Amino acid sequence: MSKDDKNTKSELIEKEYSTLNLGPTHPATHGIFQNVLKMDGEIIMDAESTVGYIHRAFEKIAERRPYYQITPLTDRLNYCSSPINNMGWHMTVEKLIGIEIPKRVQYLRVIIMELARIADHVICNSVIGVDTGAMTGFLYIFQMRERIYEIYEELCGARLTTNIGRIGGLERDFSEKAWTLLDKFLKDFPKELKEFENLLMRNRIFMDRTIGCGPISAERALNYSFAGPNLRAAGVDYDVRVMNPYSSYEEFDFIIPVGTNGDTYDRFMVREQEMWESVSIIHQAIEKIKKEPKGIFHADVPDFFLPPKEEVYNNMEALIYHFKIVMGETEIPKGEVYHAVEGGNGELGYYLISDGGRSPYRLHFRRPCFIYYQAYAEMIKGAYLSDAILTMSSMNVIAGELDA
Amino acid sequence: MDQSLLSTVGDKLKTQFGAGIISSEMIADYPVFIVNRDIIEQVVKFLYHDETLAFQYLTTLAALHYPDNKGHELGVMYQLHNLQKNYRIRLKIFFSSNDPVVPTITSVFSGANWMERQEFDFFGIIFSGHPNLKRILNVDDMNYHPMRKEYPLEDGTREDKDDRMFGR
Repeated sequence: MSKDDKNTKSELIEKEYSTLNLGPTHPATHGIFQNVLKMDGEIIMDAESTVGYIHRAFEKIAERRPYYQITPLTDRLNYCSSPINNMGWHMTVEKLIGIEIPKRVQYLRVIIMELARIADHVICNSVIGVDTGAMTGFLYIFQMRERIYEIYEELCGARLTTNIGRIGGLERDFSEKAWTLLDKFLKDFPKELKEFENLLMRNRIFMDRTIGCGPISAERALNYSFAGPNLRAAGVDYDVRVMNPYSSYEEFDFIIPVGTNGDTYDRFMVREQEMWESVSIIHQAIEKIKKEPKGIFHADVPDFFLPPKEEVYNNMEALIYHFKIVMGETEIPKGEVYHAVEGGNGELGYYLISDGGRSPYRLHFRRPCFIYYQAYAEMIKGAYLSDAILTMSSMNVIAGELDA
Repeated sequence: MDQSLLSTVGDKLKTQFGAGIISSEMIADYPVFIVNRDIIEQVVKFLYHDETLAFQYLTTLAALHYPDNKGHELGVMYQLHNLQKNYRIRLKIFFSSNDPVVPTITSVFSGANWMERQEFDFFGIIFSGHPNLKRILNVDDMNYHPMRKEYPLEDGTREDKDDRMFGR
């Protein structure tokens, strides 16, 4: 064998990559989505995301449902913070119809939305802990999410898919018990959150594990239309609550926490800080409610807001309104609106076209998860598999919001 | 602010593209511009790079279907945002369902990738130049585009449900 032959022979030994299916049902992905990874040992060379495993055609279904029946659909988008989705939808319809909501109701809504934000961030952050191997924080802080769910239960009867509030206000006022539960929650939560932070925030193992893991630059994040905590972790202070205030958010005093590197640790820290801000917003809202006239929980719009049940049984007018609303016979103006709220994951937008019919002509959801998850393949390229898992959980990818 | 934004953006677009800008009006709180389908990519690029306008954030993108507008049945709505000055505008294009080809804007916004794939999946709009135009939420071997109005949500042969009572 000549020397030349030997050289060509060694060039013929090609490097082979292995293919790894991460998902569709993998315990570490916390949801149903698949990633086909091209692996070089433990390093990810390329990734392709496949989504749509729990697609439920909400945009199509919404085209055949009366407006009030679309609220339960929005529950199932980001099911970790369904009340924010519900409120966003109510506000979109109120914007279309032109209903002015009383201040007290707006503040009550703020309380509900901020509780939902805390519940959402608690799940995401504690799961980041679990994926780094710290189960304890998750188990303890989940008691607090349970307490938030108890408040939801008192407000609307449901826990996860809440269908909370109605077009024109809330379905009922906060009960005495709800206020007690809320006060108790506000008293206990800071302590528990502090304890959770003590476990992770300055923990050397946690920091080594998360700093520099799955980073994205501000430029790339903006180009990918990121929103919410993921965008703020990259250093862009975009928050819908401040940029385009709704539900009287302009009257509240809070800061927008921002990160610098856009990595897992920054995303964790931004969410952590946001929970503190949410607690402060709830306190401010309670103070504001004390100055408002008591007992108002909806706007005075009999055409859209169901009358009290006692009146429906005894009063002809109330019965007519009840029948018209339930059968979807109310006059809905023609129009086209876009309304966005700051959901758990960022700008959650509803683009609604009405042709005056019973149901929307077209309803499009701007789902922050769907939009930022496409950057995942780019973010994990060149990373270790275990970092990819951590990146995914810190991005808070919720399958319900991803697939609509 | 919104009214002045309509004229600021409208004037700039008119001088740059002339007849390519078909109409401009305020719809609710949004300035909406209907532009020629063929120049949509240039318009988005122009708005992105213009120093005063700088629409560098794509909020969302949604396809529209109006089967009664003969010759302009399908459409796409783009929503752009200038995060520094908080300007928000909406662009729209309309075209025939026989020729549903639209230039992609993925060269400007990476985030448009999946948004365009979604609208291809549900409305059959072909975004020419898209790097990976295939179905995203529906199964790959589906042979129709379910969000189009010709596909009713419920079985048309059912007699137990009266559309006057329960329909649209």
